[in-house]
Amino acid sequence: MSRSVWPTCFEKSHPDRRGADIPALDVPVKENLLPAELLDDAPPALPEMSEREVMRHYTGLSRRNHGVDNGFYPLGSCTMKYNPRMNEVVSAWFGGLHPLADARDAQGALRLTYDLERALCEITGMDAVSLQPAAGAHGELTGLMLIRAYHARRGELAKRTKILVPDSAHGTNPASAAMAGFEVVEVPSGADGGVDLDALRAACGEDTAGLMLTNPNTLGLFETNILTIADIVHNAGGFVYYDGANLNAVMGIARPGDMGFDVVHLNLHKTFATPHGGGGPGSGPVGCKARLAEFLPAPVVVKREGGYALDADRPFSIGKVKSFYGNFGVCVRAYAYILSLGGEGLKEASEAAVLNANYIMHKLRGAYKVAADRPCMHEFVLSTENIPGLTANDVAKGLIDRGIHPPTIYFPLIVREAMMVEPTETEPPEVLDAFCDAMVELKALHEANPGALGEFPLTTPVGRPDQTLAARKPKVVG
Amino acid sequence: MRSYVPATREERARMLASMGLTSMEELLRDIPEGVRLRHPLDLPGGLSEKEVLAALKGYADENVTDRPIFRGAGAYRHFIPAIIPALASLGEFLTAYTPYQFEMSQGMLQAIFEYQSLIARLTGMDASNASVYDGATAAAEAMLMCRDSTRRQKLLVSRGLLPDVLAVLRTYAPCAGMELVEVPLAEGLTDLAAVKANAEGAAGLIAASPNCYGLIEDIASLSDAVHACRGLMVAYAEPISLGLLKKPGGLGADIAVGDGQPLGIPLSWGGPYVGFMATKQRLLRSLPGRVVGETADADGNRAYVLTLQAREQHIRREKATSNICSNQSLCAVMAGIYMTAMGPRGLREVAESCLQKAHYAAERIAALPGMKLSYGAPFFMEFVVESDISSGTIDEALRGKGIVGGLSLDDRRVLYCVTEMNTRQEIDALVDALKEVCA
Ligand SMILES: Cc1ncc(COP(=O)(O)O)c(C=O)c1O
Repeated sequence: MSRSVWPTCFEKSHPDRRGADIPALDVPVKENLLPAELLDDAPPALPEMSEREVMRHYTGLSRRNHGVDNGFYPLGSCTMKYNPRMNEVVSAWFGGLHPLADARDAQGALRLTYDLERALCEITGMDAVSLQPAAGAHGELTGLMLIRAYHARRGELAKRTKILVPDSAHGTNPASAAMAGFEVVEVPSGADGGVDLDALRAACGEDTAGLMLTNPNTLGLFETNILTIADIVHNAGGFVYYDGANLNAVMGIARPGDMGFDVVHLNLHKTFATPHGGGGPGSGPVGCKARLAEFLPAPVVVKREGGYALDADRPFSIGKVKSFYGNFGVCVRAYAYILSLGGEGLKEASEAAVLNANYIMHKLRGAYKVAADRPCMHEFVLSTENIPGLTANDVAKGLIDRGIHPPTIYFPLIVREAMMVEPTETEPPEVLDAFCDAMVELKALHEANPGALGEFPLTTPVGRPDQTLAARKPKVVG
Repeated sequence: MRSYVPATREERARMLASMGLTSMEELLRDIPEGVRLRHPLDLPGGLSEKEVLAALKGYADENVTDRPIFRGAGAYRHFIPAIIPALASLGEFLTAYTPYQFEMSQGMLQAIFEYQSLIARLTGMDASNASVYDGATAAAEAMLMCRDSTRRQKLLVSRGLLPDVLAVLRTYAPCAGMELVEVPLAEGLTDLAAVKANAEGAAGLIAASPNCYGLIEDIASLSDAVHACRGLMVAYAEPISLGLLKKPGGLGADIAVGDGQPLGIPLSWGGPYVGFMATKQRLLRSLPGRVVGETADADGNRAYVLTLQAREQHIRREKATSNICSNQSLCAVMAGIYMTAMGPRGLREVAESCLQKAHYAAERIAALPGMKLSYGAPFFMEFVVESDISSGTIDEALRGKGIVGGLSLDDRRVLYCVTEMNTRQEIDALVDALKEVCA
């Protein structure tokens, strides 16, 4: 595709066209049902387009976008695996169910919630799960609220004010801790990107509410000291929180609940193959050990004689974190995925994800700097630091021209010129090979002609946009 | 069992061999023995596509969704044009993530830019973000905006907010160091005198219109009352009603929030929906989450980017305006398609249809012996009916007639919702059934 502007819906608007209709009124029309002063003179200035124009407008927009369906998408930490279409079909069957329907009319949704919660307990090694949080960060906030409620109940909240967060952590971790009302203490990483045990010991104390960790960590490495880490925090009276963004590495292999974690969130839109939707909706269920379960968001689905029901009588619950019961439609898709793969299939998926990541890392080790000299889990971090003048951003833009979505760049913050690569298990070796070839080719291009990558991407509708202009004079509506 | 792993056994062996390895175990050696799962996951074995479809059909069939329904209370049944699911299922939208790589994501960026523009036009505001999780968390985020822009620790919240919105505010408030002052209702409407009495030192007020009883609030007077004490007005709006009613922006609101579900998004047992947040220009930089902005590339081509990222968690970490990362983009796009397809006339027609049908129903129900409307204030498409008959008895009687009645608010009051989806025949059947209950 060459450079082109796609006019907005407002620019395509023509007076008196419309793209949808509703049934004519079948009740007697009455005038002046509302006092005139409540009414606006004119309806909102929405565009006026025919149905065909709307169809073509959005179809045109879709062609200016890249998804997993279009090609390789090794966006680290985001687990861009294939999103089975079957799950879309299945989720639509639940589209007509009102959230305040009588429990007798919602038995299927209640039972599915119950069964999915049980399955997630088994996969994570936790005792109870809530599906209410809408995404990973929302799950983090909810999980931290559980920790807060526990300390408050024991009269220790006034003193347990700190959440420890490694400097390698995702930005949502410290942001969630702050939103939950905690002070954030950053724990430096050791040379291998793992938690520095001495620094952790020094940071832990009477004021520790908990530690947030993802394992494998954001370098894609398994925290070999995980049991010691958990002990240190527990001995100080704190909880250990598992950021489940990286669970795709360990399903059926190791469980957070067996590693000493007390609370976890999962990203169903990563590990459990639900589509990312251009940024959401996701779903971020929270699981916890028994001693935190009474604090989980209400209502909770319970199985009673005669059927499933919602139990809102939870005196110690933190309350609600979202309307109704979560992003249920996303949960349906995840449950269909779990049923498809079964326990063994989940393990196979994790193993294949680890294999794919190691395969690429091994092939690119000579060309780019690799953050660690040991096997990675489902993802790993490369850097251009060893190649003078080459930036991660330039490599990313070169990949775009080769039809490949770039890895996550400039994260984690502890690696300079970072490129975080997560191929997932759903890519065959020839796709991985093509990626490696592209990476090597881009490096060679740069070495032959420094600055050559600066003009990429050439094949996209626009070249590199001016971000400074966008922020200096923000234009956020048209 | 289904597997989405394409690599064959041989290919996997070849990949391992390329690394000088013979088994998967060698790649997993960093996982200490002590934390290894020593048994297979206790889950059923995997299934074929046909079997999974059958299993899920089993769940779906246990839900009953085919009866006329007069229930809203925060989730509304409206007509969804076929182009919305058709366009939302395009792989380029469905299977992409947050548009971090702008050149490769211009489609999603522009779709979100248009959504922001449509929401701003709908609410009469200057700016909008790219969405948050739902209406309730939008209200909670607005609470944080009020706190941070005024540096005050007290917030007035109307009891006319939906119960779940209030519940989420109550959960978030203590964490945010906020004290909530819940403003009571008088005749079903936010008590203006109570707002005035408590406005001093308040970061702002969050009030809904139409409120949880369907009544249209006097947002202008509420705004004046909080503005007099330099607090912010947050209007929780219902989007379809804005096809007819004055916009929050014109009534003095500084922030408009709400749930975009009525704009073409299925009920789906409560989610995924989409929380919208729109503000006046001066609060743009305190919005949470993604914001798409327009700019240009080096050749001057119009281009869209994620902008003002210095507010966000990946840059500011614990000092970010919010922790939100993934939002509800696809639902936002669906709402955008709905507004674009309906256009100004279509949206007004939907609103007018809801208004007319709800009033037709309300008038007929209120004419039944022993039934009356609880409130006299103007309402949009929801209304409360009270009677001497217990709400449970009414609900069961309607159920017996194959009708999903209104939501029981307490033993004597029922909240009905009527939308363009309810035919006159359905409404008449509801009234006839209620007449029998009264008799
Ligand atoms: C390591 C990590 N933690 C947390 C999150 C936040 O998850 P979400 O975007 O679902 O809120 C992400 C998302 O990218 C992540 O990569």
